[in-house]
Amino acid sequence: MKNYDLTEQSILKLPADTEIVVETKDLQVFYGTNHAMHDASLQFPRYSITALIGASGSGKSTYLRSINRMNDGIARVEGQIMYRDLNLNSKDVDVYQMRRRIGMVFQRPNPFAKSIYENIAFPLREMGIKNKQEIRATVEKSLKQAALWDEVKDDLKRSALSLSGGQQQRLCIARALAMSPDILLLDEPASALDPISSAKLELTLQELKKDYTIIIVTHSMQQASRLSDYTAFFHMGHVIEFDRTQKIFTNPTTRITEDYISGNFG
Amino acid sequence: MKAKTIDRIATGIIYALVSVVVLILLFLLGFILIKGVPHISWKFLTSPAQAFIAGGGIGDQLFNSFYLLILTLLISFPIALGAGIYLSEYAPKNWVTNLVRITIEVLSSLPSVVVGLFGFLLFVVQFKLGFSIISGAIALTFFNLPLLTRSIENSLSAVPDLQREAGLSLGLSKWKTVTRVIFPIALPGIITGIILSAGRVFGEAAALIFTAGQSAPAINYADWNPFNGTSPLNIFRPAETLAVHIWKINTEGIMPDANQVSAGASAVLVIAVLVFNLLARFIGARLYRKITAGK
Repeated sequence: MKNYDLTEQSILKLPADTEIVVETKDLQVFYGTNHAMHDASLQFPRYSITALIGASGSGKSTYLRSINRMNDGIARVEGQIMYRDLNLNSKDVDVYQMRRRIGMVFQRPNPFAKSIYENIAFPLREMGIKNKQEIRATVEKSLKQAALWDEVKDDLKRSALSLSGGQQQRLCIARALAMSPDILLLDEPASALDPISSAKLELTLQELKKDYTIIIVTHSMQQASRLSDYTAFFHMGHVIEFDRTQKIFTNPTTRITEDYISGNFG
Repeated sequence: MKAKTIDRIATGIIYALVSVVVLILLFLLGFILIKGVPHISWKFLTSPAQAFIAGGGIGDQLFNSFYLLILTLLISFPIALGAGIYLSEYAPKNWVTNLVRITIEVLSSLPSVVVGLFGFLLFVVQFKLGFSIISGAIALTFFNLPLLTRSIENSLSAVPDLQREAGLSLGLSKWKTVTRVIFPIALPGIITGIILSAGRVFGEAAALIFTAGQSAPAINYADWNPFNGTSPLNIFRPAETLAVHIWKINTEGIMPDANQVSAGASAVLVIAVLVFNLLARFIGARLYRKITAGK
């Protein structure tokens, strides 16, 4: 493996009038004594898709899971995670409220072992919504947003586990959307899907970008370049480069990013 | 030797060993059932035992066995559920948790006669509860807790972490995630564990001889006030169970039909345990289908 200078960074300065929804400042993550993420400072503009790319173990998933505090109890996270004006990495934050604003979809589809309808209705009821009509309307709306409604509308009582992998993943997106979040965190959502389901998912995300801010971890560079507006490249626990996707994939600044993108890596 | 030959021999040996296990089981079951079933009649199942003359039944013992079983489960299930949830969902990975696990392991390997003697010294003598259903139920709880806790913990741990993450990422608290997401999925396994442990409790004798006692005083089935001495529900009366009864007849039974009563009672016991096991499989499988196939 080539030796790279991990301090060589190129982080794009976003124009001052850009509306930033989430920003991390000097984020550090430790698993025990293992320092897994170093000084990650990134900004995520509203209504955009940002792709996090990098090799396995580069820390991109760790970074993503830190944003909505899914690493609580697993890892120690230091630094600031600013959600608008609120530092999420503080003891005073109501984690459960916050996670409704910052939805997450995981690598492997994980619908509840309940019916399609209940998968969305149950967390809504837990949120305190009792009105049946309102719940029904939200279920329909979020299934439509996730482009699943037409495939399941006749049989909402069916077990969610009987859906195909791609459908399950879109159900998980619908479930997250039903909480009316601001931000969607996606941790390699297409990696367990076949190419057709994966393409459908990408179309869905393109649609969702109009209303949500999306941060997606992906292994597929094609997916990152097709889908995202911005790309951050992670390597060995460091953010190496952040820029517009087009810039990163045509003319990266650092040598290490260039090597990774051209497949001339390691 | 060629790999193929070795493989054939090994397969043959494994088949032979399995047949030994199955044959022993079939022989035992067949022996008990063939000897015992002819003596089972409605009268045998409902009439009280006789000490000196023929024609006694096992009515009181059968009732005592079920009553003791229900009480034991009522005491042990909540404790085991709490401990199982703690161990599976909340316990940090450190030496305290390991110590708890080892303790449970040790408790589960205690011989039941030791549990019985301990119960005798503590509850019967020290706490002056006497030979009573409550002493027996507590001793059986000691006997039952470790395995029940373990089976509940295993059922909960078997639920994939993906489900926990799904709950947490939607803003559910940990407690809600455990009770509303994880517990329903684990429920079939938990039910199976309860019923299997019920079978063990139902057939237990050694832990009861010194705690619930070996006498079955007359019970008045018309009196359902649990505070009356002859009421079947009274938890302070001595209560000989079916398994203890079988043990007693075979050690000191002097009724002329002791062999028949013993054989009949054994068959009833075995059939009850078999039914528990079959129920466990049936209910577990059914619940699983029901829970995962939507509402």
